[in-house]
Amino acid sequence: MKKFMCLTMTAAIVAMSLAACGSSTESADTETTAAAAEGADTEASEAAEGDAASSDAVFVIGGTGPLTGSTAIYGNAVKNGGQIAVDEINAAGGINGYQVKWIFEDDEADTEKAVNAYNTLKDQGLQMFVGTTTSGSCLAVVPETENDNMFQITPSGTTAEITAADNVYRMCFSDPAQGTKSAEYIGQNGLATKIGVIYDSSDTYSSGIYENFAAEAANQGLEIVGAEAFTADSKTDFRTQLQKLKDAGAELVFLPFYYTEASLVLQQADEMGWAPMFFGCDGMDGILTLEGFDTSLAEGLMLLTPFSADAEDELTQNFVAKYQEDYGEVPNQFAADAYDCLYVIKAAAEEAGITPDMSVSDMCEALKPVMTQIEIDGLTGQGIKFTEDGEPNKAPKAVVIENGAYKSME
Amino acid sequence: MSSFITYLINGISLGSVYAIIALGYTMVYGIAKMLNFAHGDIIMVGGFTTYYIASVMGMPSAVGVLGAVVVCTALGVIIERIAYKPLREASSLSVLITAIGVSYFLQNAALIVFGADTKSFKSVIDIPSLSLMGGTVTVSGETMVTILSCIIILIGLTAFINKTKTGQAMLAVSEDKGAATLMGINVNRTIAVTFAIGSALAAVAGVLLCSSYPTLSSTTGAMPGIKAFVAAVFGGIGSIPGAMIGGIVLGIIENLSKAYISSQLSDAIVFAVLIIVLLVKPTGLMGKKIQEKV
Amino acid sequence: MKNKSKAFKQSFTTYALVLAFYLVCEIWLKTGNMSSLMEGLLVPLCYYMILAVSLNIVVGISGELSLGHAGFMCVGAFTGAIFAVTAGAEMPEYLELFIAIILGAAVSAVFGFLIGIPVLRLRGDYLAIVTLAFGEIIKNVINTIYLGVDVEGMHITMKDALSLNLGEGGKTIIKGAQGITGLPRNANFTIGIILVFISLFIVLNLINSRQGRAIMAIRDNRIAAESIGLSVSKYKMMAFVISAALAGVAGVLYAHNLATLQATPKNFGYNMSIMILVFVVLGGIGNIKGSLIAAVILTILPEKLRFLSDYRMLIYAVVLIAMMLFNSAPKAVAFRERLVESISRKNKKEAKEEA
Repeated sequence: MKKFMCLTMTAAIVAMSLAACGSSTESADTETTAAAAEGADTEASEAAEGDAASSDAVFVIGGTGPLTGSTAIYGNAVKNGGQIAVDEINAAGGINGYQVKWIFEDDEADTEKAVNAYNTLKDQGLQMFVGTTTSGSCLAVVPETENDNMFQITPSGTTAEITAADNVYRMCFSDPAQGTKSAEYIGQNGLATKIGVIYDSSDTYSSGIYENFAAEAANQGLEIVGAEAFTADSKTDFRTQLQKLKDAGAELVFLPFYYTEASLVLQQADEMGWAPMFFGCDGMDGILTLEGFDTSLAEGLMLLTPFSADAEDELTQNFVAKYQEDYGEVPNQFAADAYDCLYVIKAAAEEAGITPDMSVSDMCEALKPVMTQIEIDGLTGQGIKFTEDGEPNKAPKAVVIENGAYKSME
Repeated sequence: MSSFITYLINGISLGSVYAIIALGYTMVYGIAKMLNFAHGDIIMVGGFTTYYIASVMGMPSAVGVLGAVVVCTALGVIIERIAYKPLREASSLSVLITAIGVSYFLQNAALIVFGADTKSFKSVIDIPSLSLMGGTVTVSGETMVTILSCIIILIGLTAFINKTKTGQAMLAVSEDKGAATLMGINVNRTIAVTFAIGSALAAVAGVLLCSSYPTLSSTTGAMPGIKAFVAAVFGGIGSIPGAMIGGIVLGIIENLSKAYISSQLSDAIVFAVLIIVLLVKPTGLMGKKIQEKV
Repeated sequence: MKNKSKAFKQSFTTYALVLAFYLVCEIWLKTGNMSSLMEGLLVPLCYYMILAVSLNIVVGISGELSLGHAGFMCVGAFTGAIFAVTAGAEMPEYLELFIAIILGAAVSAVFGFLIGIPVLRLRGDYLAIVTLAFGEIIKNVINTIYLGVDVEGMHITMKDALSLNLGEGGKTIIKGAQGITGLPRNANFTIGIILVFISLFIVLNLINSRQGRAIMAIRDNRIAAESIGLSVSKYKMMAFVISAALAGVAGVLYAHNLATLQATPKNFGYNMSIMILVFVVLGGIGNIKGSLIAAVILTILPEKLRFLSDYRMLIYAVVLIAMMLFNSAPKAVAFRERLVESISRKNKKEAKEEA
């Protein structure tokens, strides 16, 4: 029996190695869209050395994010948001006259899987990278892109260190930006002085914002009366944390995490009959469209967000309509960030005049100097410019939920 | 003081859910001698069934709960028939791995069928919350129903096992499969019934869990499943009152350590207590000591 | 004597297999035909091989079900990573890696010993659940640790980065859940394979040694083994500690392959422990060569099934169940034996006819 097992295994591994052997060209073949002619994809797969220019060539832009597992919603949003942007760009004639191909791989929000996913994209001829969706995996992929000198813009990786490499840019706010801005906002507008915080201590995004918030709170004369944590393994029961903050006399509770958990916090606080002010970050966006959620509980909730799906401007409305038509749901800020990322690439690529036959590294070198020159009117802000450090200069906007809709607090 | 009581009530509420899940674990373990790792995911299926019947199709919640029980019972029996029955004589390790496979299967199937986004579950319980001690302590309707269901299930289950023929057959199978067969007991049928009951309990637990903590995704059942498993071991795996006590004690420990020690370390503390209990009393609180034969 | 030569032959083919794997990959790599994905998978393959082999000591040789193997990997990874960003930062890269590996193995071994004291008093499913609990505790605790260093020395707290109160020029090393960043990425395939060889050498020698036979005797019949004077706790502990130390080595390799290290449920949680257990079980419990092959296949397979995206994990689950049913169900085993028998009979018949 052992022998049999060994035999099957050996057979399988041989088959696999053979499959792997051919993969560098095969995988690209099978995934080619109708837009790309034959020949273009084999070139793409060796893009690093690609030299032959062809009018049929395409730009290959890819991203990674969790498409499976508990955070799958964010990866799917980035994938879909990116797809809508690419469809629009292609319909309008592409970038510099070349069509764009959008590829996306699952990274399960894991550092190791993210590197694998990035490598898989490279095998498919990746030329510019929109990723990764989550902060932790982004930190792991950045050294890889730096090594390849691949142009990277993350739609939603918030950790400060991500943009330290000079080939990496960011579309969303960083942790310091959000944490500090939140504390400043609360302090300057005199919303409250006794602050309670609940944060996800097992999550990079949440603990990152909390730290920066706590650092700035001291400068703003805010007193943090309690900072209660929860972890990815126990994120449904917040009654104890809420009770502790209630006992500590918190007037405002800061919730730097995603709306799925925040909806529970709001429900459980309501159940307890406690109604402090609640203040969230960009991860809070989406709470109004959460399937089955009683939005009256979110009345009076304040959050800092760059994007709201019910904004009046034409760009947002078109995007939301298109997204709903294609994917049957209301887009969140991840989708909007991804959408903007593609337009940033388009603007920069047109400014730099790059073509698909350039090597990955040349492309990146051409894009870097123009990144500080371009200006974008996107879903997540007007007149967005990038700093030398690769950060967007857009300012977080504070909104408050009134009658089931966002209302600007300015 | 009122805070302490609040923590305690929250703990008992959470613990009651653990207890109902742990009952399913412990029954299956006691009779089929296997760890049904997929038990937690059956909870999730129960939650989704109720969600679709009650919230999406707009039927009364009672129909939703009934639907969940029916679906989960069927699912439990099917899983047992396809994945576990052929392995009845195989090593316990192979059965465990198969169970893990089933668990992965359910989670990923749910991801495809129900989608990746988290749903907000609408509580099926419509009882106003109770205000105690001059309004400083509130007990929600969900908490009361959860605790009550837990007690009813415990009494019902004990009566079922001691008073009915099927229940006695279960006891016999758990003692000695071979002897039970000789006594004319259909072992396969008995084990199938055990899975059916265990899965029905999982459905109830799913509805209660999602009503108390109204969120629903494909991984909803995973962590409560593991905690309940810990609770079952804590109380002495195979023992029905043990699972009950284990679940409630675990829930209380988890909430009190969150409140008074550290909210980050509450999971670590729960697991540490389990280890200490097992070291002092290696078969759990109510477990039977098995004499080893040479 | 015959037994010994058989054991030697077994070990020899295992080494040869790894060597062949290394050479094939190296040639493939050097000729430039390897895809980026495969190239990126080479080091992970090495640490998964080490993990599978090391868990096989506990599960296969010692006969205990451990569900907390990822916890030891976690300890090793963090030990190695802390060393890499502090004392090791100034060293030449290979020396740094070498010391990190030794340290990682040593610290994991100490943890293995400490955890082994209570754990090995238990048996069967209870042991499994306690190892699972330990794995979760390690992950949970590491997520709350903040460690910083400045001129006055090390600062440690479990609250947040601000409470470290670092002086001028202080540096935070572990930032709680945000883990450690800026790690050197100096692990490579050759080092990985060397470590696989060392692990194999340790494990195979253990199996074929007097101690190894004692451990297996305890596994097969504890009471009988005790009655002939074998110290059960000593030998069980030995297997457990060696297994933990090797898992620590794999952890160091893991930490030196990625630039960042965080303890998440994905990489050091019980899911990972189960993943490693699946390698061991599918490769055949107690079968070292099988573990190696299973680790390689099950690491590459999910990556190769990417084009199925949504259905990838579902198919993976189905394959797992089907493999277990096929390999372990008594009926399937009997069916397979009949099949093999009928084929061999047919072959014999044909051979006879030809003659």
